[in-house]
Parts: sequence; structure tokens; C-alpha cells
Amino acid sequence: MSASRTSLSLLRTLVPYKTQTRAVTYMPRPGDGSPRPVTLIPGDGIGPLVTNAVEQVMEAMHAPVYFEKYQVHGDMKQIPQEVIDSIRKNKVCLKGGLRTPKGGGVSSLNLHLRRELDLYASLVDCCNLPGLPTRHENVDIVVIRENTEGEYSGLEHEVITKFCSERIAKYAFEYAYLNNRKKVTAVHKANIMKLADGLFLESCREVAARYPTIKYDEIIVDNCCMQLVSKPEQFDVMITPNLYGNLVANTAAGIAGGTGVMPGGNVGAEHAVFEQGASAGNVGKKKMVEQKSANPLALLLSSAMMLRHLQFPAFANRLEEAVKNVILEGKYRTKDLGGDSTTQQVVDAVIAKIE
Amino acid sequence: MSRRSIPLLRQLWTLPSFNLTPTRSVTYMPRPGDGAPRAVTLIPGDGIGPLVAGAVEQVMEAMHAPLYFERYEVHGDMERVPEKVIQSIKKNKVCLKGGLATPMGGGVSSLNVQLRRELDLYASLVNCFNLPGLPTRHQDVDIVVIRENTEGEYSGLEHEVVRGVVESLKLITKFCSERIAKYAFEYAYLNNRKKVTAVHKANIMKLADGLFLESCREVSTKYPGIKYNEIIVDNCCMQLVSKPEQFDVMVTPNLYGNLVANTAAGIAGGTGVMPGGNVGADHAVFEQGASAGNVGNENLVEQKKANPVALLLSSAMMLRHLQFPSFADRLELLWNGLYRMESTVRRTLEELVLLKKSLMQS
Repeated sequence: MSASRTSLSLLRTLVPYKTQTRAVTYMPRPGDGSPRPVTLIPGDGIGPLVTNAVEQVMEAMHAPVYFEKYQVHGDMKQIPQEVIDSIRKNKVCLKGGLRTPKGGGVSSLNLHLRRELDLYASLVDCCNLPGLPTRHENVDIVVIRENTEGEYSGLEHEVITKFCSERIAKYAFEYAYLNNRKKVTAVHKANIMKLADGLFLESCREVAARYPTIKYDEIIVDNCCMQLVSKPEQFDVMITPNLYGNLVANTAAGIAGGTGVMPGGNVGAEHAVFEQGASAGNVGKKKMVEQKSANPLALLLSSAMMLRHLQFPAFANRLEEAVKNVILEGKYRTKDLGGDSTTQQVVDAVIAKIE
Repeated sequence: MSRRSIPLLRQLWTLPSFNLTPTRSVTYMPRPGDGAPRAVTLIPGDGIGPLVAGAVEQVMEAMHAPLYFERYEVHGDMERVPEKVIQSIKKNKVCLKGGLATPMGGGVSSLNVQLRRELDLYASLVNCFNLPGLPTRHQDVDIVVIRENTEGEYSGLEHEVVRGVVESLKLITKFCSERIAKYAFEYAYLNNRKKVTAVHKANIMKLADGLFLESCREVSTKYPGIKYNEIIVDNCCMQLVSKPEQFDVMVTPNLYGNLVANTAAGIAGGTGVMPGGNVGADHAVFEQGASAGNVGNENLVEQKKANPVALLLSSAMMLRHLQFPSFADRLELLWNGLYRMESTVRRTLEELVLLKKSLMQS
């Protein structure tokens, strides 16, 4: 009886997430440590709650970033010019969700931002987090989604161009190359939309020819959805046009643990905007706002992505470690992960775990 | 059954393969165009230099890393580093080099020193840490020695006062001391290090090393989260060989830095495995970390038995500097794994590279 108890505690010591590869051999340039400004848009609903969580954690870590806050709400006609100018100056932005009114005449401000800054690639990294039980194991999918055209052109019919398809394909293969990924899968419905999605596929095939070491295949979107929920381990990097991307990303996020924990961002040639990876639930419900029980982990992991983007890898490592240890421990979890903690409790737990 | 499981579990805990799978940099979102190949100046150098530089070229190709080398021949017996080499480094901003033989005495000044002064590479960095699987007398070594690279005893200001009497000037300036202290603390801040130790001999050289210490103290007040202490260089050498785990980041003037770096490299596994580099405001030159043995002896050159690990780990540092972290991770992890798999460390150069290539392709 006591022997199995000892082995249980031994097992517990085996599992914790240790920084196994610290950034040992990083030689910064003089001046790399000076603080960088980042535009911060709290947004609507649970947005201010989760962005405040990020602010608290950044301060606890003494990270070399400072935020320039701007109020933007989903019911505004368009994004204020000063916000766009700030993002153009800082090149990096962190944002909460902006509510998009259904129907009506106001176009989504999220879309407006992406188009204004030409953030043509949206990236969501969905992977199983140790300690978070899910029905699917070995999930490690990065969904790269074209962000500016397709069904979201605002024209109520689909527009696909070679220019945009080519650049998103180039980005997806470059991402796979730089991150040592083995396979890129293009998601489409070219059996029905022969010309539009056909053009998309053609661009993907052309770019694939230039990366002989990365496997490339194609999958029809309905089959893809079915495969995602039955055998997700077959997917690695997925590249999709706009609408399929939205659906595939949210599905992948759901099977890997929920949209409350998946990090992501939007990137263009010059700017990057980080936000909760999958869009479902990024504004949240009234109840969550009242009870302050929104999950800050997705935005915290996205801000770790942002720290890496700003070339502060050691800070990014510390933040990710702390978040992953909190998830592993399982004591402080918000409602979407099966617990009953508030946002602040989770934030305090993360801060306590930062080394 | 449960009684049997405890020793099994203990064995599992110490099994090296436990740590072999990397924590991949999950959340890295590159900008479009980040994968475009970068140019790097390559100076093979003298002695074993061309051998180990060749090893790096082979490995980079096997990995399909996004960089290409611009090779230049420079030898220690040249009067000065050729102008086109300096231009190339100024253009590319990054250089990888083997050792350059420095003639003892005589009139030719060291080309290594000349290069550092020309490009104002004022900080030299050596990272000394225990490599898993490599047996050493000291454990838990993880020291980064940051050494001022441009002044001090290496100012080259020597003259013969009268026949039989030589005067050598050691120059310490507030400007250089301040910037090396700033770099050391910034390094500690960015790499989550807890302590910076200044190495000095201010009890004897009260003014020179005193100025150095003063600059370090000023900078340390701006980083309240990082501990700062000072140690006299003779005590430091003794502490290094008896209790090296107490040191974290060390900042030193030029000469002490040379000695401390080589000592630290020696206790952690040898100068053949420690990575390092020289950095300035605009340029970075990567080479084998500790200078001892970077040219090697004739035997090593003939039998082609030089150790390429130091330069390979330095090139991993270079990959990170160029912002290709996943390539750097792959390179470093393979070397960690390699040392676990074999019990003997000395192998011929070709064997090591071939083994590595086969690992890459798997």
C-alpha cells in the first residue's frame, strides 16, 4: 500500500514540465533588452478581462514591453485612425475580441483591421496540453488561413485571386520550413467550386514544388472535418481559404482542448496582431463578464507568441512554462475547462509559477 | 508488484532519453519572408580551422538551413585582415571563423584582435556548461563568461624604455567598462539569469580595476532583479575549480576574461565543445568559445581528429542570432543525443559528421 503511494509521488515528479532546452546559446545584440511598445486593444465582452490578465503577468515578469491602450468597440463605424497609426508605428498589437453585429450595415471591425494592415495570414496553433483531458491525443495542428478574401470579401459572393492564394501558400510552406514541420495539407472544395478553389489549389501546388522536403497533400473540406474528429494525428500544417479556415481552426481548437486555450495571431508583411487563436467565444457571454470567469490562457499563450516575435525568447519560455504548469496541475481552471475558478485566480496561479 | 515498480521508476527517472524530445518552439509566428536565405561570411583560418569550418558547411547543407557562406582565406601570418573581408562582414553583419594563428613575439599583431577592434566587437561571450553524457569532474556547471574585448592588457601599447626594460600599458576606460557591464546585465536580463559576478584585482590595481568595478556597480543598480557580487581573480580561479556551481554570469576585463573563460571551459568539458562569439553594436562573429586550442597542433591537422563540436554549437548560436530558432534547436539536440549514445568522446572528424548526417536524414 505504502509502496504504491511512493511510486505515485515518483510518477508525479516525472511528469512536470521542465524547461529542458533553455535558450542556452542566445547571444543578444547590445540594446536588445530595451522595452518595446505594443498596441493593446482590450475590445468587448471578456476582452478587457483577459487583456488585463496579460498586463498583470507582463508586469510580474518585468518583461521589456509596455502597452499603449486604445478603446475600440464593435459598434463603432470603423477603427479610429489613431489606433491604426499606433499599430503601424509599433508593428505589433495584442487585442481582445471585437463584437460583430449580425446582419445590419456595420461590417466587422476585426475584418476591417486585417484588411487595413493587410494581415493576410491567420495562424492558430492547436495542440494537446498536458494535464488537460481531451477525447483526442497527439493533436498538433497549425491552421494557416487566408485572411483577406474568399467568402469574407463582403461582396456576398466568393472572390479568389492568384495573388492572395500564392502568398498564403508561400507563407504556409515557409512556416513549415522554419518550424521543422513535415507536411502541409490544403483544404478545399474544388470538386464543386472548380474554378475558385481550383485556382487556390493550383497556387499551392506551384509553391509545394519549391519545397521538395515537405510533404504536400490535399483534402476536401467535408472529408477534412470528418478526419479531424476521428484521426487528427494525421494533420500537421493545414492551409485553407478564408471560410474553411474559420471552421477548421475552430474545430481543431475544440478537439485539442477548447478555444479558451489555443494561441494564435494574424501576420502580414509588416505587422502582426496577436489574439485568442480561434475566434469562437472571444467576446464571451454576459455571464462570463459578470462572474469574471473568462479563460485568460489563450491570450496569455498568444502573448508568449508575441514575446517570441519581439525576440525575447527567454521571457516567452518562462510564460509558456508557467501556463503549462498551471494547466498540468489542474487546480485553477475556468468553467470552459471544467473548473470553477475566476480569471483572477488563474492569473495569480500563473504569476506564482513564473520562475 | 508495486515494490518492483519503485526501482524501475527510479531508473526511468535517470534515463537520459527522457529528455531527448525537444520542447519545440510551439508558438513561433514568423513574418513572411523570414525564410529567405541569409549570407554569412566564413573565414576558415589556420590549422584545424578549415577542417572544422568544413564540418559546419556540411551540416548546414544536410539541414537545408537558410543560409549560404561567403568564404575568405585569411591566415595568421598576413599583415592585416584584407579589406574585402571586412567589407563582407560589414555587409552581412554575421561571420563564422576558425582560429587564426598568432605568432609569438615578433612585430605582427594578432589578427584576431585586429578584427575585433576594426568591427568594434567589444563583448566576447563563452557559454560553459556540462554536456549530458560527457563525464567531467565538476557537475552543475553553467557559466557564461562575458569579457571586455577591446582594451585592458590587450591594448598593444608596449615599448622598451631602455635596453632590458619593457613597459606595458593596461588601459581601462569608463566608456568601455560601462558598455561591457551594460551588455552583461542585459544578457542576464534577457536570458533569465540570476546573478552577475565581476572579476577583478582592484586590491592591487586600485585605479584601473577600481574604475571597472565602479562602472559595474552603477549598472547593477538599474537591474534590481539581478544579484551582483564581486570576486578577486585569484580567489575566482580557486572557486571555479572547487565550487563552480556558484557562478552564473561573469563579467571581466580582457586578460582575466581570457583565463577565466578557458578555465571554465576546461572544467565543463574542454575547449573543444564550448560555443562562443564576439558581438558589437552592429556585427557578430562566432567562433569556438575558448581560445585555447582553436588552431590546434600539427598532429590534429594530419590525422584530421579535430573536435568540430565547439564550432557546431557556435553555429547553432549563430542560427539563433539570425532568428532561425528551430534549426538551432535541431542542431543542439542532435549533439546532446550524440554524446549520450557513445561512451568515447574522441572520434575522427569524418565519423562524427557522417553520424550526424545520418541522424539528420532520419
